[in-house]
Amino acid sequence: MNTKISVQEVRRTFPLKDEEFVALDGVSLDIADNEFVTVVGPSGCGKSTLMNILAGLDTPTSGRALVDGKDVLGPGPERGVIFQQYALFPWLTVRKNVEFGLKVAGLDAVQRRERADHFIRMVGLEQFADALPKMLSGGMKQRCAIARAYAVNPSILLMDEPFGALDALTRVTLQEQLLDTWNREKRTVLFITHDVDEAVFLANRVVVMAARPGRIYDVIDVGLPHPRTEEARLSPGFAELRNRVWHSVYHQAPGIAAGQ
Amino acid sequence: MTGTQNVPRVEAPPTSALSRPPAAAPPASRRRLPRRSTLVVLNALSIVGGIACWWLLARAGFQFPTPPEVVAKAMQLAANGTLQEDLLASLARVLTGFLIGSAVAVPVGFLMGWYTLARGLLEPWIQFFRTIPPLALLPLVLVLLGIGEVPKVFVIFLAAFLACVISTYQGVVSVDRTLIDAARVLGAKDGTIFARVVVPASTPFILVGMRVGLGSAWATLVAAELLAAPAGLGYRMQQAQLYYDLATIFVSIVVIGVLGLVMDRLLLLAETRLTGWQERR
Repeated sequence: MNTKISVQEVRRTFPLKDEEFVALDGVSLDIADNEFVTVVGPSGCGKSTLMNILAGLDTPTSGRALVDGKDVLGPGPERGVIFQQYALFPWLTVRKNVEFGLKVAGLDAVQRRERADHFIRMVGLEQFADALPKMLSGGMKQRCAIARAYAVNPSILLMDEPFGALDALTRVTLQEQLLDTWNREKRTVLFITHDVDEAVFLANRVVVMAARPGRIYDVIDVGLPHPRTEEARLSPGFAELRNRVWHSVYHQAPGIAAGQ
Repeated sequence: MTGTQNVPRVEAPPTSALSRPPAAAPPASRRRLPRRSTLVVLNALSIVGGIACWWLLARAGFQFPTPPEVVAKAMQLAANGTLQEDLLASLARVLTGFLIGSAVAVPVGFLMGWYTLARGLLEPWIQFFRTIPPLALLPLVLVLLGIGEVPKVFVIFLAAFLACVISTYQGVVSVDRTLIDAARVLGAKDGTIFARVVVPASTPFILVGMRVGLGSAWATLVAAELLAAPAGLGYRMQQAQLYYDLATIFVSIVVIGVLGLVMDRLLLLAETRLTGWQERR
């Protein structure tokens, strides 16, 4: 399998008053083409920092982040990002939001409309195509953001706790829809979450991170078959993996800097 | 008091209630319509009551002209063309000053919000002049620019500019970082981000600044005309004062008030149109 994303010995520090905060230390991770990787860990483990570095919104203090073998130098349309706060442009309708990246890419109105409508249908928002974001519920906003990210046809999707602000029921529904979408339109996905169930349900591989300093603690393969449905969620195999990830997240051995 | 708190909700575009899924519609929506009409009735009662009080006071021996006398005076001033002449003179001044002021304020505000260099160089001057009422500069401006139209338009320009530039600057500075990031990851470069994200996101701030600027411009105008003008509503009042012509003063006051209100409402309408996308909480 081709390596799509390669993170090599990445370290990111932030200056504090009299010391420096180590958000990431010695983080190395390879993600294959079309793999779905979830990253789970306690708050402060640097999972969002890792995503920002890959998105090109942040740069590592040392180490390298490569996509398709090239260093990440800034944001690019081949890497779609989905934010926890939706980040829809509130003055644009759902369709115009989805068309935003296409307009930037220079597509003409007919092509934009066609592509946008395809992805709006994909996330089931066709009835709301001309609605403003303020009229949408949280789940619908995030579906719109997913359509917007997909529309520019990125080969990578970086998702930063996208369902974190949603209620449990909406979250489960969106997880299933996301997997369904991913099965139909395969992409390399890096999905950040603090929800262990979500991490196991979605992933081919779960990366468990630890805090102080932010580092990779464990990597767990998830062999559950696709398509994953409610049954998969209730299966003994799922429960076993869930326990393993849970244990890894909440009973972490003390880190190098944990004694401070 | 609950009635006044409801005003912004009532002014929200009606489409929002219609296109929301039924489950999300607030149960209070049935009660909104009666509240609005209640408000209008109360407003009307208040206006009629106020005019009645004025009339009574005039009758009771205060030196006010009665409402019919003021209306008669207005007709007379309109008939001989004085009212129109004053109105046009004042409107021309305020609109020129206000439009130039806003037109300069918006790009300057954007520059200050976007570039540290512009902010560093311009901010001290704007903060300094902001603390001086534009009228306080009038004596100096009159000396330097003479008594023609230019000094009056200039102080009005200054009033509108200062109100609008601060607001625009605030708008640019407070644009949500995530929206800029969202545009960047969709491939947008600085120019596109500016035009498609920063400008629309700052529009509510700009419009608020323009409304404040208009109020400020209007106040400055009348005072400037009181000091030096060949025509205008302020000039007319000042003349009437010399001849103890209270009816003319009343006409001018009412006209100034009504014009100010109309212009404010027009801007409010533009605001609702342009910034209806905002989530109101």
